[in-house]
Amino acid sequence: MKIKYLSYFFLLNFILACSPSISPVDDGLEKQILHFGNGTEPQGLDPHIVTGVPEHHLLISLCEGLTIANPRGGENLPGVAESWQISEDGKTYTFFLNKSAKWSNGDLLVAEDFVWSWERILTPSLGSQYPDMLYYLEGASDFHQGKTSDFTSVGVKAIDDHVLEVKLKNPTPFFIKLLSHYSTYPVHKKTVLQHGTIDDRNGQWTRPGNFVCNGPMNLKTWELNKEIIVEKNPLYWDAQNVKLNQIIYYPVTNESTEDRMFRAGQLHVTNVVPLEKCPVYIENKNPNLRIEPYMGTYFYRVNTLHPILKDKKIRQALAFAINRKQIVEKVSKCGQQAAYSFTPPGSAGYEPDTEVPFNPELAKSLLAEAGYEDGKNFPLLEILFNTQEGHRKIALAIQQMWQENLGISVQLVNQDWKVYLAREMTGDFQISRAGWIGDYEDPNTFLDTLRPNRGNNKTGWENKEYDRLVELANKTNDQEKRYEYLNEAEKILIDEMPIIPIYTYVRQYQLSNDVKGWYPNLLDTHHPKFIYLER
Amino acid sequence: MLQVILKRIAIAIPVILVVASVTFFLVRMAPGGPFDAEKVVPPQVMKNLNAVYNLDAPLIIQYRDYMVNLIQGDFGPSFRYPGRSVTEMIYTGLPVTFELAFYAIIVAMIIGVLAGVIAAVKRNTMLDYIPMTIAMIGICMPTFLLGPLLVLFFGIQLELLPVSGWDSLAGDKILPSITLGAAYAAYIARLSRGGMLETLSQDYVRTARAKGLPEYKVIINHALQGGLVPVVSFLGPATAGLIGGSFVVETIFQIPGLGRFYVEAAFNRDYTMILGTTIFFSTLIIFFNLLSDIAVLLMNPRARSEA
Repeated sequence: MKIKYLSYFFLLNFILACSPSISPVDDGLEKQILHFGNGTEPQGLDPHIVTGVPEHHLLISLCEGLTIANPRGGENLPGVAESWQISEDGKTYTFFLNKSAKWSNGDLLVAEDFVWSWERILTPSLGSQYPDMLYYLEGASDFHQGKTSDFTSVGVKAIDDHVLEVKLKNPTPFFIKLLSHYSTYPVHKKTVLQHGTIDDRNGQWTRPGNFVCNGPMNLKTWELNKEIIVEKNPLYWDAQNVKLNQIIYYPVTNESTEDRMFRAGQLHVTNVVPLEKCPVYIENKNPNLRIEPYMGTYFYRVNTLHPILKDKKIRQALAFAINRKQIVEKVSKCGQQAAYSFTPPGSAGYEPDTEVPFNPELAKSLLAEAGYEDGKNFPLLEILFNTQEGHRKIALAIQQMWQENLGISVQLVNQDWKVYLAREMTGDFQISRAGWIGDYEDPNTFLDTLRPNRGNNKTGWENKEYDRLVELANKTNDQEKRYEYLNEAEKILIDEMPIIPIYTYVRQYQLSNDVKGWYPNLLDTHHPKFIYLER
Repeated sequence: MLQVILKRIAIAIPVILVVASVTFFLVRMAPGGPFDAEKVVPPQVMKNLNAVYNLDAPLIIQYRDYMVNLIQGDFGPSFRYPGRSVTEMIYTGLPVTFELAFYAIIVAMIIGVLAGVIAAVKRNTMLDYIPMTIAMIGICMPTFLLGPLLVLFFGIQLELLPVSGWDSLAGDKILPSITLGAAYAAYIARLSRGGMLETLSQDYVRTARAKGLPEYKVIINHALQGGLVPVVSFLGPATAGLIGGSFVVETIFQIPGLGRFYVEAAFNRDYTMILGTTIFFSTLIIFFNLLSDIAVLLMNPRARSEA
């Protein structure tokens, strides 16, 4: 009997010890601490070295460029630059820096900081992966490619402590938007040099305790694969409008774990929704599910140097034999939109005027014109994709559509991420799945990639008229005229079909109803200074 | 005994060097490099990156440099995480993985030995069949299934325990330790049952019983020492397996251990990290095997005399 009571006592103790008294989300509401699911462990926090979305989330908290992305989308807002002037020819930008802008150690932020920082990112030996964001500046590409070692030849100059002058090669109407990208952020010269040289990739300046930057938040702690905590920076020029006291970023790689953390009140916002959960949450009308437009396109890349696929008619036949509506409604099932252009519609007011019909009859006749009546004698076609359930399902659907509508045999080739990348890079593929997410809100971030000699083209496709139109658009100051040129280029692209658009991405994630000041926008940028918690 | 230990250490050193050399060449043979990304890195940048990490040198020179550094205990910088050295990352993840493995082994030992001993003593009764059936299910059930099931029940339905984390919320170490320990508990249960059955039929146990000792004293004082020898030999490789194989549990429960670095390094082609962790894990496996061999020598006089 005694043993029985004793065991009840222990069980009760266990239950009491285990019951979490208050969930992090409830606790966060009181203390204004945002719990943020951030995908993977960031590579680092040096804005000139890292690339990737988790790093972007952190860096918009910790540092600030000349402008910041508008949380509601559209034109950028002032960042370190409180205002700017653009010369009539659109090539000279004069930025007037906010005089109360400071570094987190109290040093005044001056125009020369930008000059030195941009010199750093363009220094070849640093091995930055985003120097091309500044290639629009006069002389920047020459300096980066080692044609000159004189940085004064690059079009950036500090007129005085608070005025920065930037000279561009061409009028670049989206230049202001580039300036909210972390690769253009300033870094604190003294701190960087204290822990290494200008081109030291392994400098320790980004560690907690060493880190100095100029954003609304300061780096507090960084525990690898566990969490990064940032806290409000009282020296930030707009600190009075920053309501959050802390953000805790969790590198949760497993989507199901992240989903469970959200359900258990451990996260305010998730990075994604697990693939299999999305349709269920839509059906159950999950109030926390967010599905928002995103500036990204899921497409199939065609190797136009392949003996069969170099024929435009075959590429068109393949594109017209895909029922995109069916793919988004029956396969991906998470609010994606069928894509009929490479640039997602609505990017900065740009509406591509292109069509990709689902027309099996037309597709068949095109294939017949190319010499493959009813798909006879057509060699086995390969679709290359990287290991992921979502890619496999879409590839299976397309395989079936091509087999049914064109009578051709299709093989699916599933590869590990790095093998897939290596095969794409070396042109060792026929058709490969691909995705492209815009770096800034302008159609150029898409259309530029398919110009000849662009590393991200990977299709082998070159078209002089297309190249001329995109170049012309970049030299044109008049936005309407510019979009006309880009639309023309987009029409050529869709007619030539080196890429077959499938769907426009959406951002799907879960957001606690406590999070306020969080608005949907195409680039999915949610600047922490606008976010607060309220129930 | 000292001779046996020294002999084993002498064999271990060339084994580790061979593992390091084979891994060095294997990772470089895998297609794709550490800096390949969906957004292609311009050729000029790639050239600069390769120069920074000595990847532009001939392979044999890279190998020589790596081995020279390795002998000095330097695993090099991580390619994926600029500013971090592989040694630092191992030091960061290792205590967590060790702690997790320690709790898991405790869970496995308590549940496994108890179930095994009861099953052996109550042979061919329900107290034998039920634990052994559960053990069989435990062996068959993968951690990626058991973990989420435990989380759904204890974390989300009952709201008793946190669903993830390590050292962040009260009780967040319980579910991962049980999940990781469960499969090993099942093995230990079967091994201890087998060991105990063999020991219980020995003459010295019969003598003890004939002398009129109570059954629990026979089991604890006489049978257990011999009966647990198979469990002890299993503990060495099991501990190494727990440390190396904790990746799944670390991922499910968002634990910042070494297992996650290890697997992610392979996906990222983080050459130095793959090499560092592989060499480190091989050393651990050799070390734990040596430890369990020593324990067996201490527990089993027959093995001692053979040695």
